[in-house]
Amino acid sequence: MLGYLRKDGQIGIRNTVQVVFLVECAHHVSKAVAESFQNDVQYFGFPGCYPSDYGHRLVRSLCTHSNVGAVLLVSLGCENFDRNRLEKEIQGSGRPCRTLVIQESGGTSQTIEKGRGIVSDMLREIASTERKEIQFCDLIIGTVCGGSDGTSGLTGNPAVGRAFDKLLSENAICMFEESGELIGCEQHMMARAISPDVSLDIYAAMTKARSYYSTMGLGSFSNGNAVGGLTTLEEKSLGAYAKSGDGKISGVIRPTERPTKPGLYLMDVVPDGEPRFGFPNINDTSEIIELIATGCHLILFTTGRGSVIGSVISPVIKVCNNPQTYDRLSEDMDINAGRIISEGASLDDIADEIIAAIAGVASGELSKAEKLGHVEFVLTYKDFKYGMTDCH
Amino acid sequence: MAVLQERMSKKALRLHPEDNCVVSLIDIHKGDLVVYEDGTIMANSDVDIGHKISISTIKIGEKVYKYGASIGSATALIEPGDHIHTQNLTSDYIVGFRH
Repeated sequence: MLGYLRKDGQIGIRNTVQVVFLVECAHHVSKAVAESFQNDVQYFGFPGCYPSDYGHRLVRSLCTHSNVGAVLLVSLGCENFDRNRLEKEIQGSGRPCRTLVIQESGGTSQTIEKGRGIVSDMLREIASTERKEIQFCDLIIGTVCGGSDGTSGLTGNPAVGRAFDKLLSENAICMFEESGELIGCEQHMMARAISPDVSLDIYAAMTKARSYYSTMGLGSFSNGNAVGGLTTLEEKSLGAYAKSGDGKISGVIRPTERPTKPGLYLMDVVPDGEPRFGFPNINDTSEIIELIATGCHLILFTTGRGSVIGSVISPVIKVCNNPQTYDRLSEDMDINAGRIISEGASLDDIADEIIAAIAGVASGELSKAEKLGHVEFVLTYKDFKYGMTDCH
Repeated sequence: MAVLQERMSKKALRLHPEDNCVVSLIDIHKGDLVVYEDGTIMANSDVDIGHKISISTIKIGEKVYKYGASIGSATALIEPGDHIHTQNLTSDYIVGFRH
């Protein structure tokens, strides 16, 4: 595996230019700039106009991600996002960063034209990024599940767990998430905590998740989950939980809180305080974006019903849990974990396939979602009580 | 003979010795003999892949176990061979799905 060495010391597996809109009003211009290039130029942004510490933190983390080589910020001009601060922060990480303000650049067409010129220059600049041999211990790998069904807990999820166990033995950083989708697994997780403090952190995160979802009056459970044979939230949770494997849980982190030590981490995605902005994660993409904003180089996405999504910034490897789904959607699936059911494959067989896929994608091979051009992103409002001294 | 073998082949998984349900590995039809690790049960209805079939009598209020863990409480009497789903099982936590 050969990575891209950034000036801030991080090592990426992709070398992208990101065109970033700072309010929905700059979305079209950003999209037009990015889509005039190939895969390695992508776009995303924060849609809201109101100020948001969480939004700033997420966008900053995404712009300074190891897979990002350079950033063009696109501002309408009157939104509340602090573009000057963001530009300085990105430049401070050693990445080329420029800002275009549509209201000061002659409107849509002229801003798109200027943006294309800037991105062309950036592509030339980052083409000479230093390459470096990497190992699994250089990687941060996240996992999510989406479109779960009754096969998920039998095939892809425990296979990803087995792959996590192998990656942890190589000193990688692994993350699983969505505390609201682990309701019912509290005691199991606490028993796996590396220390009493971490056990208490898990308890606190899960108590918050139960309270939050109870107030919302609805757990994370879709019609498709029920059609696929899942009946209750705790049943779905137990299947989802299998993705975490058997390793010790080294800590509980919130989005953008990047672990510094190898190990397995639970991401607490449920906002602190009373519910203010609706459901914590409105869809699978919002979970993926939070994992990437916390440094994930790539995402293992397990699906039973058959999700087709990818993501901006980091590759998504899709593990299909259900053999019937794989037959219907093989174009979108990287791994057929349904072979555990249809062919009697072992969890280790599939885990080895997952590890091989990680090595391939980290070496530059495109995942199925990348080949198909998937670059989904979602960012919404949230509130977290991040520590006062934590300024990253 | 082939038909009989097909009808008798392993069709479900008991994930834990304490479980009172099994998970179907293929689409199962009413009347099929469902073979799992340590037993056989006749399906009382069609059961799609990934869905649950009871292997014991579960009274109202009793827990349904899968992965060796409770996944909720019975809201109706569940007989061996019954499809276990939203019509007879509910969460002990919070509402998961509303039509």
